[in-house]
Amino acid sequence: MMTNGGDALIKALELEGVEVMFGLPGGAILPVYDPIIDSSIRHILVRHEQGAGHMASGYAHATGRPGVVMVTSGPAATNMVTPLLDAYMDSVPMVCITGQVAYSAIGTDAFQEADTTGITMSATKHNFLVTEAKDIAQTIHEAFHIATTGRPGPVLVDIPKNLVNPVDPSSQCEWAEPSAPDLPGYNPLLEPDPKLVAEAAELILAAERPVIYAGGGILRSRAAEALYAFAELVQIPVVTTLMARGAFPDSHELNLGMPGMHGNYTAVMAMQQSDLLIALGSRFDDRVTGKLDGFASDAKIIHVDIDPAELGKVRRPDVGIQADARLAIEALIAAVSELGGSDAQADCKAWRSTLSGWQERFPLVYQDAAPGEALKPQMVMEALRDASPDDTIVTSGVGQHQMWASQFWKFDYPYTWINSGGLGTMGFSIPAAIGAKVGMPDRTVWAVDGDGCFQMTAQELVTASMEKIPIKVALFNNGYLGMVRQWQEMFYEERFSEVYLSRDVPDYKMWSEAMGCAAIRVDSPEEVEPAIAKANEINDRPVVVEFRTDPVEKVFPMVPAGASNDALMVDPSQRKG
Amino acid sequence: MENRFHTVVVKVENKAGVLARVSGLFARRGFNIDSLAVAPTDDDNFSRITFVVDVESAPLEQVVKQLDKLINVVEITELDPAHSVERELMLVTVRVDGEGRGAILDLVQIFDATVLNVGHDQMMLSLSGSPGRIDDFEDLVRPYGIEELQRTGRVALPKLAKTEQPTDSQKD
Repeated sequence: MMTNGGDALIKALELEGVEVMFGLPGGAILPVYDPIIDSSIRHILVRHEQGAGHMASGYAHATGRPGVVMVTSGPAATNMVTPLLDAYMDSVPMVCITGQVAYSAIGTDAFQEADTTGITMSATKHNFLVTEAKDIAQTIHEAFHIATTGRPGPVLVDIPKNLVNPVDPSSQCEWAEPSAPDLPGYNPLLEPDPKLVAEAAELILAAERPVIYAGGGILRSRAAEALYAFAELVQIPVVTTLMARGAFPDSHELNLGMPGMHGNYTAVMAMQQSDLLIALGSRFDDRVTGKLDGFASDAKIIHVDIDPAELGKVRRPDVGIQADARLAIEALIAAVSELGGSDAQADCKAWRSTLSGWQERFPLVYQDAAPGEALKPQMVMEALRDASPDDTIVTSGVGQHQMWASQFWKFDYPYTWINSGGLGTMGFSIPAAIGAKVGMPDRTVWAVDGDGCFQMTAQELVTASMEKIPIKVALFNNGYLGMVRQWQEMFYEERFSEVYLSRDVPDYKMWSEAMGCAAIRVDSPEEVEPAIAKANEINDRPVVVEFRTDPVEKVFPMVPAGASNDALMVDPSQRKG
Repeated sequence: MENRFHTVVVKVENKAGVLARVSGLFARRGFNIDSLAVAPTDDDNFSRITFVVDVESAPLEQVVKQLDKLINVVEITELDPAHSVERELMLVTVRVDGEGRGAILDLVQIFDATVLNVGHDQMMLSLSGSPGRIDDFEDLVRPYGIEELQRTGRVALPKLAKTEQPTDSQKD
């Protein structure tokens, strides 16, 4: 059957099971937007291409299915660089289709031309420049295969306009069903080496101060249930990194919470004093380890990762297992059980009592606002958490509000916490929430955002209004770039440089209403609960609740940048004399 | 050869842009590529990239792992100079006056080099061999005046198992 490249592209996407894509048309991709009209795929028209990328990311986080983006060439492609790299850093499956100028015009500085594959080479797991229409369907199939297997990541497919423009002879091609991917250099290893698993099991049984260090790989490999079974079997405490919040229930007594720069005392110190770290799908990120020389000096390391380049990248493991996290955990459960299970384990009673002592002494705390003082952001976060369904999906931007959300929300379900962990992309929250809500329309989705972040991607609330995607935004307005302000206060002698944004300009309520949202402003503590209750009832359009919070509030605990985790600063009220 | 120099042989799919992907991994870390040679293998679907980099072992191990992640990279071999055979080709144009001509031709004979082209007061020579041998030849003809010089970058293969020491004809 004869077809053309544009029709073949849409058909190939349908064959991959794509239900929704996020995008914005323009010159080079224009011919593909014609067959979209007749396609079963829902297209969500964004207001900025970066928004499309983060929406695809939010969709992928929430559903486990790859997010799909389609944009045009040149500036649209460069606007996609940030979300592509964001997805790459956080191992999010995504396929991005970019238009390109006609093949004969490539390299001529044509209108809206950019070297898209060159620019995105280090921001994607892989990218393709298609040169013949007949290759489009097969390339799309390979792109989805690469994006979703092994360590997931974003894949970009750049398609010159002449291949998709039906009036151009070079777009004409014979339709051929995609065949198995022909990728001789790509064979992700999933099964763990049984010998290494046995070695790891022996270390686990011998450890007296073990900690499970669970990372985002648990969620990518859909291994939350396996992790639960493993932790229960060996009764080993679990820390969940920023990327793994929800991978193990916060309400479980073995969960110590988030480790790292703003982790809680027990999670940080448990790792520091551990004699065995069982790293599962985590990557020893600098925000977790602090100064590497001083990180968990006595600990042996079992490191499970699907990406062999992670093993030994930061800390040399005693046992490094290249495998899918779920398969590795299941193998560990079997190996530990075979060696006698918990009966054969070293005595960890002293360790558990040390940990519970820390938990009692150093819980996460904050000081309540005195009458007349501005709202405490932590109090708002707790109120939001308590008034929302347990399986609420929470997305976040980057900064103080992100840390407070991770600290004070209670994540008892996997795939309910969506944030930009690796790249730290301000403005991630609102578009990610839109993507998550599109993928999980029956869930409540709260975008936790700061005023700095809000101003970077707020225009996507117009997308949400027009597409009837009723997300809820909790805007923590403290008038500052809060995290930078905190650093300047603590480490730059309170010399505040370029961090003040203003609390009143823009008027967030008016702005939100202008974008088609319901909007509520909250200044005082007694307004918090009614405002949240009202917001939770609005389901016909997006809603923005602006909480005017205390600008001097800081995130604690905190490990100063460059310091060892032993230098963790707890809340002032918990410090000695 | 100093320990910092490593010969890495990468078998890749013979496709557009693959060399940029491979070399980009070195560039983004600030590692300089000392020598580079690329050509298709016996199977046209694949190319072999041989490069010599000036880098310490620990960061190199990380780069090699990252190279392995590239979708188009099929196989990576790190060659120890002591256990591999390396060859390089040099073309050089030297100045020759009346007296120098005889001395140059003596060197050509000793090194088993080839005279490719002869001009009025210049001579173009070619020599293939181990990089060290080419260095020696270059040093010896330099005093006569080198007009132009081009080396290919080395190619290498591992020595065969149980092989004897290289024979004279291999001129290692």
